[in-house]
Amino acid sequence: MMADVATYVLTALGLVFFVAGTVGLLRFPDTFSRLHALTKADNLGLGFIALGVAFQADTWAQLAMLALIWALALLAAGTVAQLVARAALAQVQVDE
Amino acid sequence: MSLALDLALCALILGVALATVAGGGVFRAVIFFITYGLFLAIGWARLGAFDVALAEAAIGAGLTGVLLLAAHARLRRMQAGDAPPPAGLNLPAALAGAGMALALGWAWFALPVPATPDIASALPRSGVGNPVTAVLLNFRAWDTLLESIVLLAALLGVWILARDGDWNAPLGPRYHALSGGVLVNFGRFLPPIGLCFGVYLVWAGADYIGGAFQGGTVLAAVGLVALMANVVRPPRVSYALLRAAVVIGPAVFLLAGLLAAGFGAGFLTLPPALAKSVILVIEAALTISIAVTLALLVIGPPDDAGRSS
Amino acid sequence: MTVWLHIVALGLLASLGGALWRVWRGPSQADRMMAAQLVGTGGVGVLIVLAALQDWGLLVVALALALLAALAAVGFIKAQTPDGAGDPEETAPPSGWQNRRATGQADKRA
Repeated sequence: MMADVATYVLTALGLVFFVAGTVGLLRFPDTFSRLHALTKADNLGLGFIALGVAFQADTWAQLAMLALIWALALLAAGTVAQLVARAALAQVQVDE
Repeated sequence: MSLALDLALCALILGVALATVAGGGVFRAVIFFITYGLFLAIGWARLGAFDVALAEAAIGAGLTGVLLLAAHARLRRMQAGDAPPPAGLNLPAALAGAGMALALGWAWFALPVPATPDIASALPRSGVGNPVTAVLLNFRAWDTLLESIVLLAALLGVWILARDGDWNAPLGPRYHALSGGVLVNFGRFLPPIGLCFGVYLVWAGADYIGGAFQGGTVLAAVGLVALMANVVRPPRVSYALLRAAVVIGPAVFLLAGLLAAGFGAGFLTLPPALAKSVILVIEAALTISIAVTLALLVIGPPDDAGRSS
Repeated sequence: MTVWLHIVALGLLASLGGALWRVWRGPSQADRMMAAQLVGTGGVGVLIVLAALQDWGLLVVALALALLAALAAVGFIKAQTPDGAGDPEETAPPSGWQNRRATGQADKRA
């Protein structure tokens, strides 16, 4: 029962962060601020969803998989955010 | 509730497919195609076809994306990619596409419904517990053997595009990266994890989710990351080990088939007692060939011309 | 619980649909690429939820997607460099980049 409550709360929280990330992606004014929106909010959202789903898991192996999935997503997001930001920066038009 | 989820997924798949072909801009089409692979993977997962979902996730969202993005960038460098798309609807292309779709739809409904083969009762004789692996490597091994040869032929076709003078240059473009930078560190960190996961997929594929193709694709993908991060240097065509890696899959497969024929069981007819071990040996060899071939297909022929510029 | 997990999956898909609008609009290539990245992360989320709903084996698919999430983006940043084989960190950012125009750069560059 407690586990179910934890799942409800955590997955709801995760969903909120995902929606926030999308809203940021749609509403923020320029490329670099949009980069912030999705690499941070989204991965927090994914973490909450993984944590929430973890309360429904049956075996330790499933928990380890969920943790690994989140860790890999974080690694990918951090790398990609830095590299895409630098790629976008190289093409930015500079106002004197 | 479940129906609502499926309908939403269908709407997204169709919407993304439409967005890929509609509207101008090659780059936008490429990005939509990448997301299309992602949604398709979720769709296959919804349908319970986990092996297909895995293959679609690795190929569609991974390798194809890199290939198309590199192709688009190359077109742009050659100043060929920015030709404005013709205004309005391309009527002949639209008619040909619609006609093809209609013909396929008609063929689908015109074909007699085949009797569903009883995989479940034949499964114990296949040597493996995953019905997909049983079909691919035992019951329909002939198809898989030919597919592995097709992959080899495709790689040769790509290599043939090299200029004569470049033939023995390292394959692909000459990748470089800031040493100690984010990309290099990523290229060092990810491949070991991918290596473990890829081998796990091949091993687990016999009885659970995965298989030689999925495992090989994951290995190709992380190998590509290592190549693009300049952590691993691309080999030359003349490198003996490379040639061995590319042919070992089809060769072992063919040899196993011939041995089975030699013992009187018939070409590619695996005796149930030995099937499990034979399939694992074939899968291990196939994985090496698939991984190397797919990665080399994506980086392309040796390209020395771009090096000086 | 089953109904709730369906709602979460639906919510995730809806949020991904929003991200697709950014893929369509751009304006810069980096915008489109990052929106696709968001769809990838969200897809991992959907698969995790589906794993709890349908079959825990789907975690293997989610893991594959998470592992290869960066692949297309790495291909993208490679392709963005002048020779198509470099690393954006190799070149220093243009001087005065802090005064960049608010909207980044549009797709239609030569």
